[in-house]
Amino acid sequence: MNSLLVTGGRVVDPAQRLDALADVLIVDGKISAVGGSLAAKAPAQTPRFDAAGMVVCPGLIDLHAHLREPGQSAKETIASGTAAAARGGFASVVCMPNTSPAIDNAGTVALIRERAQRESKINVFVAGAITREIAGEELAPIGSLKAAGVIAITDDGHCVQNNELMRHALEYARMFDLPVMDHCQDYSIVTDGVVHEGYWSMVLGLRGWPAVGEELMVSRNILLAEMTGTPVHCQHLSSARSIQLLREAKQRGVPVSGEVCPHHFTLTDTVLAGSDKFWETDGKDIRPNGGERPRWPSYDTNFKMNPPVRSAADRAALIEGLVDGTVEIISSDHAPHCNYEKEVEFDQAPFGIVGFETELALSLMALYHSQRLSLSDVIAKFTVAPARLLRLPNKGSLRAGADGDVTIMEVDREWVFDVNGSASKSRNSPFGGWRLKGKAAATIAQGRIAWAERPEEV
Amino acid sequence: MAWARKHLLDIQSLSAEEILTVLDTARAFKAVGERAIKKVPALRGKTVVNLFVEPSTRTRISFELAAQRLTADVINFSAEASSLKKGETLKDTARNLEALNADIIVMRHSASGAPHFLARFLDASMINAGDGAHEHPTQALLDAFTIREKKGKIEGLNVTILGDILYSRVARSNIWAMTKLGARVTLCGPSTLLPRMFEQMGCRVTYNVDEAIADADIINLLRIQHERQRKTMFPSIGEYTGLFGLTQARLARTKPEALIMHPGPINRGVEIDSDIADSKRSLIIDQVTNGLAVRMAVLFLVTGGQGPQGVAA
Repeated sequence: MNSLLVTGGRVVDPAQRLDALADVLIVDGKISAVGGSLAAKAPAQTPRFDAAGMVVCPGLIDLHAHLREPGQSAKETIASGTAAAARGGFASVVCMPNTSPAIDNAGTVALIRERAQRESKINVFVAGAITREIAGEELAPIGSLKAAGVIAITDDGHCVQNNELMRHALEYARMFDLPVMDHCQDYSIVTDGVVHEGYWSMVLGLRGWPAVGEELMVSRNILLAEMTGTPVHCQHLSSARSIQLLREAKQRGVPVSGEVCPHHFTLTDTVLAGSDKFWETDGKDIRPNGGERPRWPSYDTNFKMNPPVRSAADRAALIEGLVDGTVEIISSDHAPHCNYEKEVEFDQAPFGIVGFETELALSLMALYHSQRLSLSDVIAKFTVAPARLLRLPNKGSLRAGADGDVTIMEVDREWVFDVNGSASKSRNSPFGGWRLKGKAAATIAQGRIAWAERPEEV
Repeated sequence: MAWARKHLLDIQSLSAEEILTVLDTARAFKAVGERAIKKVPALRGKTVVNLFVEPSTRTRISFELAAQRLTADVINFSAEASSLKKGETLKDTARNLEALNADIIVMRHSASGAPHFLARFLDASMINAGDGAHEHPTQALLDAFTIREKKGKIEGLNVTILGDILYSRVARSNIWAMTKLGARVTLCGPSTLLPRMFEQMGCRVTYNVDEAIADADIINLLRIQHERQRKTMFPSIGEYTGLFGLTQARLARTKPEALIMHPGPINRGVEIDSDIADSKRSLIIDQVTNGLAVRMAVLFLVTGGQGPQGVAA
């Protein structure tokens, strides 16, 4: 049964500028209608979901995640990763191509899509590689990847260093109207940096990953987008100047876009010195309502991610970029790693953290509960904006005829994230034990309930 | 006099009082080292593991002898000969050592924070014998001990640290120790190896060596660490020596009572003129002797020893 009547919720659909109490009727996996009291229009036997007191919005989209299949299923599988995404409120995810083997060939795309068909209750979209083996040396077969169904290309986890190659990737991708996304990192200046270059890298003796290493590539991408006319999407931006570069480029009409991740706009590099230092300085405003604050030691590898969390000024600039619309999209960069991989010396630990289950709450806290953005504007960054970037006309909106993807959430619900209860196979979250505000209650993909907090509704 | 810590991970988290407790305890142990029978039974029945994941000779030998003087059993474990080369994680290696009932693990590691990481998992005491570019706490403690011994105090002194600051764990530990004990710290070195940001650690930063040493009471020289540096950091050792090497001509412009320190190993003719290293103003050999007493004090304190009064008369 892929029909459902969601009743009595506050329906927020930024694509239609809709924010009203209404029912949402899904019939045969498609949105049939949104409006007051649709019970009479629903076909007989249509199951109901009572969303009274909850927010009902288009199914959230996370366009940046690592599902680790094929090849790294000890960290995550399509089944576990998408289960975690569904719990986080996500009806669609885009998986990155740095798997083993990389998603640089049609066969691997087919494998993932086939496995997702069987094992995922939500929509899985595949991003292909820009270059073969993500080695940054020659173009991947982008035409074949497109034919196999990728919806974007990126070498995420890596960054194409060769400017000529990146130029040609943009020119070539344009034939297919395929979004090009880039993990912005200039290797020659970042070298073996592991944390933001600043006060704490100095004190802790950790190698710095300077913000300019990102900004150089953001600049490069802006200039190449301008030159080629092909849009470039800059992934997981972390620095203030990156936001400024993006803002100026957009004002000039350059086809560029950007995304940021909740850890970058929530945390700062002070976390590396341990929880006490963070809560007494950069973290002091995070939970003004009190409650038990979680603790962690210095050099905690669950705070090691690429790009790194940066200074308080960078964090403020990311939020400002989200508020003024420079940054249209929020993503998780969900990057699971096994405990045994993270429980090593800081220098040796892999970069990345899981993010699906905390992403929505952290975004609502930093943007909506802080009264910086309306609820609709926050939801837009998870719905209409990524759908537009990915050329998914049937996603990101509750228009009649759109795919029956719906997220139901309780925006004021306070809860504590228990990382050990996560649906992901991995536990590498820096937010374990955090008291959060805002939570998904159910995730519906193509008319089917992929996950619901109250199990009787699944 | 208070010491309640199980580990010695860094100087940054110590109070001035804790640092002074170590120095006073070390003074008592130094007296022990001057007797005919240099050994005391303070750590009898205890096992000390020297876990040197990054090679070191002088620090390991100093800790080894310190443990032996305290009648502990000592195991030396170096990365070359270990299972770390076979892919075992550091955590597993340390757990295996602990399963042998090690009481104290003394670790040298190339990764900053490695001792902090291990201390979270182990019941044994952890002593940081140098972690990456982070800290080398016993070096700073022995430097402080030596300065106090020679100058009678640390408060109010001008201490200049000269050389590669960015990659130096000795510099960081010394900055914390000296500033906590009331010295004024000046840092000097090539601008690529000494970001201005070090001012935020409470130091004066200058790139002019004559300015750095003019008022110094102590000049602490650091070795240029070829193994940690990228080739883009400065043009050549020769240029470094020309700009920053401590020559007789430069020394002549310092205060006559200024003393020279160096954590070793020294590179004669690079950061220091050979004859300065051997001069009466050099404390380099005193530092080695005092290192033994300071490490005895640290081993003693982390296993519950009660300050200088606890050292057997």
